[in-house]
Amino acid sequence: MSQKITSYPGHEITPEDVKEGKYLDVVYKFEPKYSWAAGVAISRFLAELKEGRIIARKCLNCERILVPPRMYCERCFRPTDEWVRIKDTGTINTYSISHVGTDARRLKTPILVAVVDLDGATPGMGILHNLGEVEPSKIKVGMRVRAVWKSSSERQGAITDIRYFKPIGDE
Amino acid sequence: MPLRIGIVGVGYSGFDSMTPGLSTRELMFEAASRAYEDAGIDPRKDVHSFVCCTEDFWEGISITDEYMPDQLGAVLKPLCTISSDGIVGLATACMHIMSGIADVAVVESHCKSSDVLNPDEISSFALDPIYDHHVNADPRFVAGLEMARYLKETGTKRDYCAQVAVKNKKNALLNPRGVHGANLDKRAVLSSKIAASPLTELEVSKTIDASIVFVLASAQKAKKLGNHTVWINGIGWSSDTPWIEDRDMAKAAYAEQSAARAYKMAGVRNPATYFDLAEIDDTYSYKELQSLEALKLAAKGKAGKMLESGAFDIDGRLPVNASGGSLGVGHLLEATGLHRVLEAVLQLRGQAGRLQIPTVKKALVQSWRGIPTATGAVAVLGN
Repeated sequence: MSQKITSYPGHEITPEDVKEGKYLDVVYKFEPKYSWAAGVAISRFLAELKEGRIIARKCLNCERILVPPRMYCERCFRPTDEWVRIKDTGTINTYSISHVGTDARRLKTPILVAVVDLDGATPGMGILHNLGEVEPSKIKVGMRVRAVWKSSSERQGAITDIRYFKPIGDE
Repeated sequence: MPLRIGIVGVGYSGFDSMTPGLSTRELMFEAASRAYEDAGIDPRKDVHSFVCCTEDFWEGISITDEYMPDQLGAVLKPLCTISSDGIVGLATACMHIMSGIADVAVVESHCKSSDVLNPDEISSFALDPIYDHHVNADPRFVAGLEMARYLKETGTKRDYCAQVAVKNKKNALLNPRGVHGANLDKRAVLSSKIAASPLTELEVSKTIDASIVFVLASAQKAKKLGNHTVWINGIGWSSDTPWIEDRDMAKAAYAEQSAARAYKMAGVRNPATYFDLAEIDDTYSYKELQSLEALKLAAKGKAGKMLESGAFDIDGRLPVNASGGSLGVGHLLEATGLHRVLEAVLQLRGQAGRLQIPTVKKALVQSWRGIPTATGAVAVLGN
């Protein structure tokens, strides 16, 4: 509905109608459950996160340092060669400020999403994460940021072991 | 003129109950690397079309197509995913070659069922939500319904179905891929727990993990690739109505249709005597008998008796599921069709090891998408 349209033609079915059983209402809760095997590359990546470090894989053919790490280079189609530790600092490649939650409601506190090119990885490679400790209006492409980690006792080998990235200038 | 598309490369990985050490993508990379080495190609330069067969709910990722390119060497190349059995993917790749879009195409399908904790939930969710969902039973009841009708209508003895499981599980003991190989007798099969009557647990194939990759080439290009070209001479696929209540439960009409198309394409006039080997649907024991009849390898109601006589044994007149099939090797969901093609290709190349049947020149492969579907595909292969 809008300011101009207050009702649509036809018979409106209200939630009350459905509750009263006036219409057929099929409810089925589909609950598939998975336990995805992370694989060689991502398992090591997660184990390193638990230690507060970020690891990448290097392809000696194209010399790219790949993050997220993978056991094969998609450009060269060959196995990657080496594990390489990279830094938890980087540069905002692009960002978006999301004002809408997954349930389509307006958010009081917007979610700050960014792709961060990580220092030590091949330029243009990095991590999709949140930004924090920053005014949304101050975020810029090219801004230097650093990972804010959970404490070692809180880390569990998940991407969320990094709470968010915050501007380096604010330290 | 028969179809003539060459299978010039084969690779596979997995064939284990669980593959916890590898991600789906790593499993695929292993299979793809082997297939490309086998064909002597570089996927980054030589392949013009990639086809994957997978289904979002089995993967646990929606729009799962998007996760396929990297590990196949298909980044920034034409790739499509088909949510159907692998043989339908094979047909799609054939069409890409026949149309001139590609002279080399790759087909991949995989099953990482060990990632799925409650596969029954996914099969149940495939039932019509308004009409059929009220049946709150293990979805294998659909197979039970088919089996009961098949037995009644054809007069097939109940024991013959159990004999299928005995044969296939025994064959699988010779197969390095045969996860579910076993030496059992009919009594053990019949007395295992009832899954959905009349079907028992040992008559139900169990899922395993694997990835299978084929490299296909036009007839001209195939001459320059690989050393063991196997030819696809005919291919067909078909889907019956989804209404369980309305389709003929006794026969596999989709298989009959698919076979008719593939036979016509390949110029097969008398299928019962044409083939040296058949790798066909045995998702459930009765399916092999039902399929044999649909494929015209046995007359209606006669498959069981022929089986009992040994005609379909590994050293019989027509070895059927010499590999062990799905009952003996394991079921691969949408990759099941490609598993059957794999076993037939290895036989046609003379690379089947202890399973090798002498002088295999013509092979038939057939697959079904499993319950509650009525979709299947058939391919006629030759060397």
